[in-house]
Amino acid sequence: PRPAPRADETLAQIPPPRPPMAAAASTMLESLPAPLLRALRLKTKQQELLLRVSALALIYVLAFAVRLFSVLRYESMIHEFDPYFNYRTTLYLTEHGYSEFWNWFDHESWYPLGRVVGGTLFPGLMVTAALLHRLLRALSLAVHIREVCVLTAPFFAANTTLVAYAFGREIWDSGAGLVAAALIAVCPGYISRSVAGSYDNEGVAIFALLLTFYLFVRAVNTGSLAWSLAAAFGYFYMVSAWGGYVFIINLLPLYVLVLLVTGRYSQRLYVAYNCTYVLGMLLGMQIRFVGFQHVQSGEHMAAMGVFFLLQVFFFLDWVKYMLNDVKLFKSFLRITLTCVISVGTLALGIGTASGYISPWTGRFYSLLDPTYAKDHIPIIASVSEHQPTAWSSFMFDFHILLFLFPAGLYFCFKRLSDATIFIVMYGLTSMYFAGVMVRLILVAAPAVCLISAIAVSATIKNLTTLIRSKSKSPQTTGKTTGSKAAAKGAVDQPLPFQHNVAVALLLGAFYLLSRYAIHCTWVTSEAYSSPSIVLSARGHNGGRVIFDDYREAYYWLRQNTPTDAKIMSWWDYGYQITAMGNRTVIVDNNTWNNTHIATVGRAMSSYEDEAYEIMQSLDVNYVLVVFGGVTGYSSDDINKFLWMVRIGGGVFPVIKEPDYLVNGEYRVDKGASPKMLNCLMYKLCYYRFGELTTEYGKPPGYDRVRGVEIGNKDIKLEYLEEAFTTSNWIVRIYKVKPPKNRS
Amino acid sequence: MPKDAGDAKLLFQSLNKAYAATPTNLKIIDLYVVFAMATALVQVAYMGVVGSFPFNSFLSSVLSCIGSAVLAVCLRIQVNKDNKEFKDLPPERAFADFVLCNLVLHLVIMNFLG
Repeated sequence: PRPAPRADETLAQIPPPRPPMAAAASTMLESLPAPLLRALRLKTKQQELLLRVSALALIYVLAFAVRLFSVLRYESMIHEFDPYFNYRTTLYLTEHGYSEFWNWFDHESWYPLGRVVGGTLFPGLMVTAALLHRLLRALSLAVHIREVCVLTAPFFAANTTLVAYAFGREIWDSGAGLVAAALIAVCPGYISRSVAGSYDNEGVAIFALLLTFYLFVRAVNTGSLAWSLAAAFGYFYMVSAWGGYVFIINLLPLYVLVLLVTGRYSQRLYVAYNCTYVLGMLLGMQIRFVGFQHVQSGEHMAAMGVFFLLQVFFFLDWVKYMLNDVKLFKSFLRITLTCVISVGTLALGIGTASGYISPWTGRFYSLLDPTYAKDHIPIIASVSEHQPTAWSSFMFDFHILLFLFPAGLYFCFKRLSDATIFIVMYGLTSMYFAGVMVRLILVAAPAVCLISAIAVSATIKNLTTLIRSKSKSPQTTGKTTGSKAAAKGAVDQPLPFQHNVAVALLLGAFYLLSRYAIHCTWVTSEAYSSPSIVLSARGHNGGRVIFDDYREAYYWLRQNTPTDAKIMSWWDYGYQITAMGNRTVIVDNNTWNNTHIATVGRAMSSYEDEAYEIMQSLDVNYVLVVFGGVTGYSSDDINKFLWMVRIGGGVFPVIKEPDYLVNGEYRVDKGASPKMLNCLMYKLCYYRFGELTTEYGKPPGYDRVRGVEIGNKDIKLEYLEEAFTTSNWIVRIYKVKPPKNRS
Repeated sequence: MPKDAGDAKLLFQSLNKAYAATPTNLKIIDLYVVFAMATALVQVAYMGVVGSFPFNSFLSSVLSCIGSAVLAVCLRIQVNKDNKEFKDLPPERAFADFVLCNLVLHLVIMNFLG
C-alpha cells in the first residue's frame, strides 16, 4: 500500500511550463522529418525521468572519479597502515578459500602469541572484495586482487550516492534525493576515508549504514515485513563490515523511543522494529567477532529494552481496543505499568550487578565521557584519530553544509513525519559524536548531506516557484470574482521586486554550491589523497621530490633477512611489515594485547643492556625505527616516544615518564635528561647522526624536526649493529647480535 | 484490595466476552503464538536445570521460538480486517512475507544451532 502521496507526485499534477532545455531540444527536433519527430518527442514526465537518470549517472561517475587522485599521481597501491592488514587477509582469502580464511590462525604476528585472525576481524570488506574479484575473473577480466582492493572504496562510494538518492526521495522528494546524492558524492568528510587505496572497513561500512537506515525508514513507512527483512540483511552486512554497527543498534531503539514518547506509536512501527531487531540480532551473532554481545553486552541492551517496551505497548493497545471501556482500561493500565516497570528495573539491576551484562567497553565509553580514555587507557588516547574535533576540521570537512544543516533541521521540523524525525535524530546524534572524536565525522557526513539537501531543495523550489509565478500573475488578476478569490489574490500579492530578488537569490545559491564543489575537489587533491607510505615534498627549485623510504626498507627486509626473522618495531608499522616485508612481527596495529605492547615500549625506553634482555626473551632478530630528523618528517618515533613511555609505564612501573622530561619539557639536545640521552630509542635513531650535516649553516647533528642540535653525538652500540638505513634516513633497521660465546 | 479484585474480575469477564467475538483465523494465529511462547518457557526452564553450556544452541532455540511468535503477531496485525493502516494489503501478500521471513529465520537458526 502506498503511504502519503509524495511531494513530487502532487506537483506533477499541476501542468508545469516547458523547461528551457526541453524548448531547445524541441526546436532542434523540429528540423527532423515529421513522423520521426512525432516518435522522438517526449512527454514531460519522460523528460523528467531522462533528466533524473542522466543526473544520477553523472553523479555516480563523479563520485568514483574524484577519489582517484592518488592513483593518478603515484601508482595504484594501498595506503596507510590498517589497509595493509585487510589486503593481506584478502590475499589469503583468494589464495586459500573461505574455510581456511574463517579458521586462520596467524603465527606471523604478535610473536610468540599469534593471533586468531578468523575470530577477530570483521570479514565483510574482505569477502566483498574477494567476490568482486571472482566476478571479474568469471567475466574473463584477469585482474590482480590488489587492483580490486584499491578500487573497492570508490566503487562503494558511488553506490552510496544511489542509496542517498533513494533515502532523500523517501524523506522529502526526488529533488532532495538528487541534491543529497550530489552533495555526498564530493563531501570531504566521506572522501577522507574512501579514496582509492584506502582499503579500510569504513569504505564499505558507510554504504551499509546508509542502506540499513534507508531500508528501515522504508519499513516503518510501509509497515511491510519484506522491507523489514531487507533492513535486517542490511544490518547484517553492517555488522560484518565495521565495529561501528553499535551506532545502528542504539540509534534504532532511540528512534523508536522518541516516536513512542511523541505519541506516534503505530502498528507499522511495531512490525518494522520487531522483525528487523529479531532477524538482525540473529544474523549479527553469526559473525564470530561479535559473538553473543547482542544479549550480553551493555551496549546492546537498549535495543532489547525497547523490544520489550514495544511488546508492552502493543499489548496495552490491543487490550484498549478489546475493552471499549475507559475506566476499566485505566485501572488495567495502572496495574500493568507498575508490574512491567518493577520487573524491568529488577532484571536490569540484577544483570548489571552480577556482571552478566558487561558494562560499556572503554572504546565506546570514551564517547560518552571523553576524558575517560586519557586517564585510564593511554593506548586509546594515543591514536590521533580519537582526539576531539576542532572547529577547523568541521569547516574543512563540511564547508557550506555546516550552515545548511540548521536550515535543513528547520524544514524537517516544519513537515514532521516518521521519516523526518529519523533523519533529525540521526543528524543530531552523529553530530554530537563527531564533536567528540575526529574519526566520527565520517558517520555524520551522510546525515549532514541529507539534511542540507532538504534545505537546498526546498529553498530552490520556493525560489523557482516565485520566478515562475510572476509570469502567471497577469492572467490570474484578470479572473477574480467572489470573495474567496479576492482573499487569495490579497495573500498572493507579490512583494516589490519579487522576481528580481528571487533571481538574485537563486544565482547566490548556485554560486555557493559551485564554491562547495571547488572546495571539495581542492581538499581531496591536497589533503586526502596522500598514500602516507610514500611521502612527497616540494624541492627548493619547485619540483616534486618523492620519498619512498618505507617500501625501500620493507623490501630490504623481504630480500635480505632469513624467512623466520622476527622484527621488533612500534605497533604502527606492524601491518605494513607483515604485508610487504613478509616477516614475523612482535606487535602490530591490532593492539589487542596491551601488556605485549607495553613490553616493547619498555624495551624502547630502557638502557641498551636491559633492552637486550627483553629482546632476547622475545627472540627478536631485527629492530626497526622511523626517524625524520634528516628530512623533516614529523611523524617519526622520537615524536611518538612519550606514548611508548606512557604505555610501557602503565604496565611496568619501573618506567617513569618524568625521568625523560626536563622540567616537564621534552628535549633531545644537550639539556635533555641522561635517561633520555641513553635509552635505546634515542641511540637507534641518532646513531651516526652526529656526523651528518642536514642543513646549510647548522652544526652537524642538527635535528630538522625538533629544531635543535642533538645532545649525544658519540653513540656506541654494544648489543646491536646497524643493518640498513634508507636513502633519506627515514627507516633504520638494526640487527640484534647473538650473545657472546664467552660471557 | 476487594475493589481491585472486583475490578480484575470485571476486566477478565469483559476481555473474555470481547475475545470470543474475534474471527477464527485470528484465533488460530493466537494459538500458534501461545504455543511458541510456551515452548520458549520450557526451554528456559530446561536451561535453568542443566546449565547453558552450548550457549549458541540455547540462544538459537529460544530466539527461534520468540522469532516465530513475533512474526506470527506481525502476520496477525497485517491480516486483521479491523486495521485501517493495512487495508490495502492483500492477505496473500502478508502471508507470503510471513513465509519468507520464517524461511530466513529458520535458515539462520540451523546455522547457529551448532
